[in-house]
Amino acid sequence: MELQAVLMAAGGGSRMMDLTYNTPKPLLPVGNKPLIWYPLNLLERVGFEEVIVITTKEVQKMISTDPKVKLDVKMKLDLVCIQEDADMGTADALRHIQQKVKTDVLVVSCDLITDAALHEVVDLFRAHNATLSMLMSKAHEFTETVPGQKGKKKTGEQRDFVGVDGTGKRLLFMANEADLDEGVVIRKSIMRKHPRMHIKTGLVDAHLYCLKKSVVDFLADNKSISSIRGELVPYLVRKQFSKSTNSPKVIDETHQNLKKNDKIQISSRDEELLHLTQERSCWNDHRGDMSDAYHGGRLRCYVHIMDEGICYRVNTLAAYIEANRLAPKLFDEPAVHPSAVVSERCLIGADSIIGASCQISDKTSIKRSTIGVSTTVREKVKVTNSIIMHGVTIEEGCNIQGSVICSNAVIGRGADIKYCLVGSAQRIEPDGENPKLQARSLYFPYTQSPQPSIHPHPPPLPPTPPNSYKLKAQHSKRAQFKDSP
Amino acid sequence: MADCGAADGPVKKDDIVRAKNEGKELTKEEKQRLRKEKKHQKKQKDEKRPSERAKEKKPVAPSQPVATQPPTQKAPTVLPASAPIPVPASGAPSHSSPAPSPADKPAKSRAEQKAERRARQDADRASKQQSCFSSSKTKAPPSELNPVVKRLPEHVQVDDPAVVKRLAKKLERQQIPLRSDYGYKVSLFSHLHQYSRKAPLTQQLSIPSTVIHPSIVRLGLQYSQGIVVGSNARSVALLHAFKQVIRDYTTPPNEELARDLVNKLKPYISFLNQCRPLSASMGNAIKYIKKEISNIPSQFKEEEAKTKLQKCIDCYINENVVLAAKAISKYAIKKISDGDVILVYGCSSLVNHILCEAYDKSRKFRVIVVDSRPRLEGREALRRLVQRGISCTYVLISALSYILPEVSKVFLGAHALLANGYVMSRVGTSQIALVARTFNVPVLVCCETYKFCERVQTDSFVSNELDDPDDLMVTRKGKTQLENWHDVSSLGLLNLVYDVTPPDFVDLVITDLGMIPCTSVPVVLRVKNLEQ
Repeated sequence: MELQAVLMAAGGGSRMMDLTYNTPKPLLPVGNKPLIWYPLNLLERVGFEEVIVITTKEVQKMISTDPKVKLDVKMKLDLVCIQEDADMGTADALRHIQQKVKTDVLVVSCDLITDAALHEVVDLFRAHNATLSMLMSKAHEFTETVPGQKGKKKTGEQRDFVGVDGTGKRLLFMANEADLDEGVVIRKSIMRKHPRMHIKTGLVDAHLYCLKKSVVDFLADNKSISSIRGELVPYLVRKQFSKSTNSPKVIDETHQNLKKNDKIQISSRDEELLHLTQERSCWNDHRGDMSDAYHGGRLRCYVHIMDEGICYRVNTLAAYIEANRLAPKLFDEPAVHPSAVVSERCLIGADSIIGASCQISDKTSIKRSTIGVSTTVREKVKVTNSIIMHGVTIEEGCNIQGSVICSNAVIGRGADIKYCLVGSAQRIEPDGENPKLQARSLYFPYTQSPQPSIHPHPPPLPPTPPNSYKLKAQHSKRAQFKDSP
Repeated sequence: MADCGAADGPVKKDDIVRAKNEGKELTKEEKQRLRKEKKHQKKQKDEKRPSERAKEKKPVAPSQPVATQPPTQKAPTVLPASAPIPVPASGAPSHSSPAPSPADKPAKSRAEQKAERRARQDADRASKQQSCFSSSKTKAPPSELNPVVKRLPEHVQVDDPAVVKRLAKKLERQQIPLRSDYGYKVSLFSHLHQYSRKAPLTQQLSIPSTVIHPSIVRLGLQYSQGIVVGSNARSVALLHAFKQVIRDYTTPPNEELARDLVNKLKPYISFLNQCRPLSASMGNAIKYIKKEISNIPSQFKEEEAKTKLQKCIDCYINENVVLAAKAISKYAIKKISDGDVILVYGCSSLVNHILCEAYDKSRKFRVIVVDSRPRLEGREALRRLVQRGISCTYVLISALSYILPEVSKVFLGAHALLANGYVMSRVGTSQIALVARTFNVPVLVCCETYKFCERVQTDSFVSNELDDPDDLMVTRKGKTQLENWHDVSSLGLLNLVYDVTPPDFVDLVITDLGMIPCTSVPVVLRVKNLEQ
């Protein structure tokens, strides 16, 4: 077997707690399909037959019991549960399944929605016998207004600096702004070997990695690495140019220790043949200096940067909304589910999706929106640019614009909701009893008062937690949420 | 006396008749033979095969110098001879008389038909035995024409839709995707494949490749992207991949390793062919490995067989690539003297090896590296030689006639040596050899014997390889001149890979068997075939 697929679905969705406090992130509906369906569909399309899914017990229970969560994949899913409060990073999770990993792995995150051609990434991995091969994409600006956010989106997102060589394929440098003190520091050994380097910011890491089996074995020995994206990838990229990698390197040592004697002999003879091939082949990956192909280095990291096409990581509210807009392009199902009861005198735009078992009454207008499963929409409702999740009831005369209504909410008669986020199982009282909800307010159970509170200033947003590699800080933010009533 | 005379009379008459016949035969033997042959051909057209086989014995027998009997006498002796051969079922005369048999066919019963079929087969067998004994004579009747024309290989018949359909069917059966041609092909070369590097074959394969072994997929990618380039490197990489395949192979139940492994390798070879057409050295390596696999005795257990095959592969590479390179450099060093100016073209692993060895043995010489677009492989050769410390000059092929007056010898590498003495090598080699001949500079070709191939070619058109035409596009200062070459309907880009050099331009071929003239290649091939 060549590659094993591993899907990381145990993340907490810490950057969109508004949505994920009730529904775990892998099961958030995007275009009326659970978020985890998209990477699974991608893997199925390219031909994988088995996937190891690392997830929490809660998700596993929901997948097996909840009828609304239908995965519809023909692949064999091997669900591995980890404790939710163990606070495991992605590398910790890989270490957890080290026994199941028998060949090279393809690690995918559950929040990746993309139509990338995976063979580009895997071809780099195969052709150059690379240790790491990953996918990145040019970031697109999110144009939709995000409910619950007042003012411009602050550039709190830390930038990534990615250095690639002249061909744009070999990964030379990777660092996050948070790790750098004053400026970008590049080692001389990199500059000597690759005098021309292109440094790019504004790239989205798709969190799709092809890793060699020896890396997984290396992780088993080095328990200090807990995140693939935050620690392992920068480590491997740095290790390409360290002096010790040209002689038996750290990763190979563990390899030799684990194997039996005859296997080492076989691999050494094969190594000889590979060396002979490289010696006799008149190809070089770079020009201008006296060194052999790959500068004689045995650890190589490659990246495929997508120029066009869809590639989103749904880990913020803005990304979630954007993904809902684009998700219908990724699959060919009809926009209106056949089991939905749609009356004739309603106006449904071409880019809206109506889920199964919905009831849409007369004189409603639904534009650029997603209506979830088993939702009831009464008469004279206008829904524009919104995301309505499952089991929501919208009474007559409502006007919903640019909002996200989570599952099982009830919107009372005549409510006028603009750019708001209504939490799960909340009730918005009918009009007449309350004034209209002001723009850009968040309505969900963290607010103290039981009635919808209309503040001139919206309640304070939970601060966006920093990147995952800063483990301590994340832990404390989570503790904060647990404390709130 | 009268009785005797009377008795003798008919005998004498017979004698006279015989003598006459003899005389006729002796003088008109050939005429008769011709007549018989003509009759023969007519009868063959009318009747079925078994009758042909029986009748052929007629021209055979009288053409022999011993035969004196007229053909009519022969016939009854021949036919009854054939009659006891078939299993007698019913009605021997009905069997032996060929003329009524086709007419009577529908009226006969099943058993009779079966017997007839058996009779036919036996008659065939007998006639084949007969024809073996008098093989030279039986060649005359055209009914026994063996197909003399060999089938053309598929990769030079791309413009024939029937051949393409056949290939597509074969690939579908083996579950290998078909790689489609790219771009407009120059009409003189439209019978060859032209692929684009941006459309790899792996696009159509599933990612954890199950049909094709992963090391073969990797190899195919490396071929198509040009990471493994050069005849020696490709063969070594191929054999390395086969070692992995053999290591991961398990014999399915009720199958023999010798037969099943060869069948397993066939789709892999088709796949590699689709990625990049096989080279002559790869073809020979494949033939060798197939032969080794088929010769595995059936009592070997699987592990034994596998280790034996791995050892054979190691042995083959060691003999034909590593030791051959050592032997060739030993001979070649004799030809390099101090103060020489040696011209090399492109990047030939063997020539680089020779020059490095010569330098290590303290010969004083300098090298001129000639390079050509679009591959610009000379740069890599330049790097390797300069890394060793050899002083080099670098020119493009357009400066060849400028630089040649300085040159004392030309060393060329070869992709394959053909059976008529032509050298198949990187495109541009024949130009170098031509100009060198004009300047009276000796041209030495270095080639291992495992690259010798039984093909015969006199021009570079019939069998060649077309590389990606987009390689010819060059971007300078942000502008690419040929960017929209697809839109210009009358423009075709041609990127040839190989060309053939006639043996008149080559002075010496240095092989691991010694230094031979170009025309001795068929001798070497014959000796090799005998050895095997």
